[in-house]
Amino acid sequence: MRTKLATYSAGILALAAAVIWAFPVYWMLNSSLLPNTTLQSTTPHFLPLGGSFDNFKAVLADGGFVRALGVSLTVTLATVLVCLVVAFLGALAISRFRFRGRKSFILALLLIQMLPAEGMFIAQYKMFSSLNMLNSVIGLTVLYAAAVVPFTIWMLRGFVAGVPVELEEAAMVDGLSRTQAFLRITFPLLAPGLVASGVYAFLQAWNEFTVALVVMTEEQSKTLPLWLRSFIQASATRETDWGMVMAASTLVAVPVIIFFLLVQSRMSSGLVGGAVKG
Amino acid sequence: MTSQLSAPKKAKDRAQPAPDAAPQRPRSRAWLLILPTIVLLVLALGYPVGWQLVTSFQEFGLKQQFGQPPEFVGFDNYIQLLSDSNFWVVLGRSLLFCLLAAGFTVIFGFLLALLMKQVHKSIRLILQIALLLAWAMPVVASMTVWVWLVDWRRGLLNWLLVKLGVDAQGHNWLADPVTFFITALVIVVWASVPFVALSIYAGLTQISEEMLEAAAMDGATGWQRTRLIILPVIAPVLSIVMLLQLIWDLRVFTQIKLLQDAGGVANETHLLGTYIYQAGVGSGSFGVASAVSVLMLLITVAISWYYVRSLMKEEN
Repeated sequence: MRTKLATYSAGILALAAAVIWAFPVYWMLNSSLLPNTTLQSTTPHFLPLGGSFDNFKAVLADGGFVRALGVSLTVTLATVLVCLVVAFLGALAISRFRFRGRKSFILALLLIQMLPAEGMFIAQYKMFSSLNMLNSVIGLTVLYAAAVVPFTIWMLRGFVAGVPVELEEAAMVDGLSRTQAFLRITFPLLAPGLVASGVYAFLQAWNEFTVALVVMTEEQSKTLPLWLRSFIQASATRETDWGMVMAASTLVAVPVIIFFLLVQSRMSSGLVGGAVKG
Repeated sequence: MTSQLSAPKKAKDRAQPAPDAAPQRPRSRAWLLILPTIVLLVLALGYPVGWQLVTSFQEFGLKQQFGQPPEFVGFDNYIQLLSDSNFWVVLGRSLLFCLLAAGFTVIFGFLLALLMKQVHKSIRLILQIALLLAWAMPVVASMTVWVWLVDWRRGLLNWLLVKLGVDAQGHNWLADPVTFFITALVIVVWASVPFVALSIYAGLTQISEEMLEAAAMDGATGWQRTRLIILPVIAPVLSIVMLLQLIWDLRVFTQIKLLQDAGGVANETHLLGTYIYQAGVGSGSFGVASAVSVLMLLITVAISWYYVRSLMKEEN
């Protein structure tokens, strides 16, 4: 009897927690569908009854949004590309070669990965302003790639190590060169790892706010997070069109949520390392 | 989560040659492979950190912005900083915020993980999906929602409080530093709990039901089972998520900056990150900003050291 009661109350608590954690996401979706006149009324509307996609249409027709989307997409895709190439070579080195300095290299990567952007962004700002590279998509890409490469190497090395060297060696016995063996045998087997790493880099670059705030100072070089920020700033002094802001936030969040679900388990295992053994 | 975790690891054990088993591999090629990484990291991080270290020992203010060469002043920036009571307030506030946020996050994460173990599969799935949704939200997108929720004019929070009989009509929670930080704390904890809860839950799944049942039959109370069986098994993951939270919560910037934008009083609500931003980009005192940055990096490296070492152990 007592255990049954405990099970019920645990279930209710768990559902309450689920509601609390999902609510802001729900509120974003709900508000994005409601017209601003409804949102301005004194009683909140918990269901998007009588809602429409007008807010989304307004966002997509907004010049600022379209421009920020262009900047964000360019920087994000460039970051993914650079990061994948660089990190792949690095992961290959640490999982296929035993070389002097290998351990120090891994140690350095792990430490660098922990460094807060907030502890470096002033210097990065100064560096770019003296190089005339503030507001440069290339500049921001370099900073983003450097920020994600250490963790990506760490994540990829497990995948590279997971492909047995014997496979490659067998192919070489059969007459393929080392490079050929690698390209035809190992590389295809690494595809899942490369996808996971690419998605990780995508998420980091797409969501990043801090560094972009510092080095992208002009209106036309704003990324999507910076563009969203201008609405938060505006809300301090005047009524904001919350319906439109929520629609814009939804557009920013949806690709992220989908991609995130793809790589979440890999990211967790990379972070908590050997602490959770299956 | 656990099955994916173990798969690459087992394969690795099989595949990786012993360190001396691959003498035919050219070593210089390895260095060629890590060269791009090194170049990238030196360009984007190494050079700025070096510049920062040098600048933290220089007088580098507005005059230098207009071309005057910076002067070396030894530890002056650090002395100035350490004798500035405002800096101590910011540092103390940051540490307190970091401890509270990390503490609440780990406590809630642990409780939710225990709950997930207790409840029926379907309820667990619902909770897991809710946590993943919150975790996946881009930070700026979630901040627009939170700012809208606590908005003093038409926010849901004030409406709810009025319904509950609290006189909160038109109250601006961001205007007062104390309620500002409570709001920030709620937002940061909300965003951090999913990772912690799901990681701890992954650890909990390794505890066999039989062991817990056997202990219960032998008369162990719920608390004894938690303390003597559950805690030792998940101690490693608990300590790692705690460390990561401490590091991440010390550097919290986006949430604070955006809450300041939404109406907080910036001068009374700075944490280390926004303080550096203000000193550097805001008022052009790059010497001081560099000194704070160097201190922040040192604190981070000190806390990270244990974590990095434990990851390295796994690598060996």
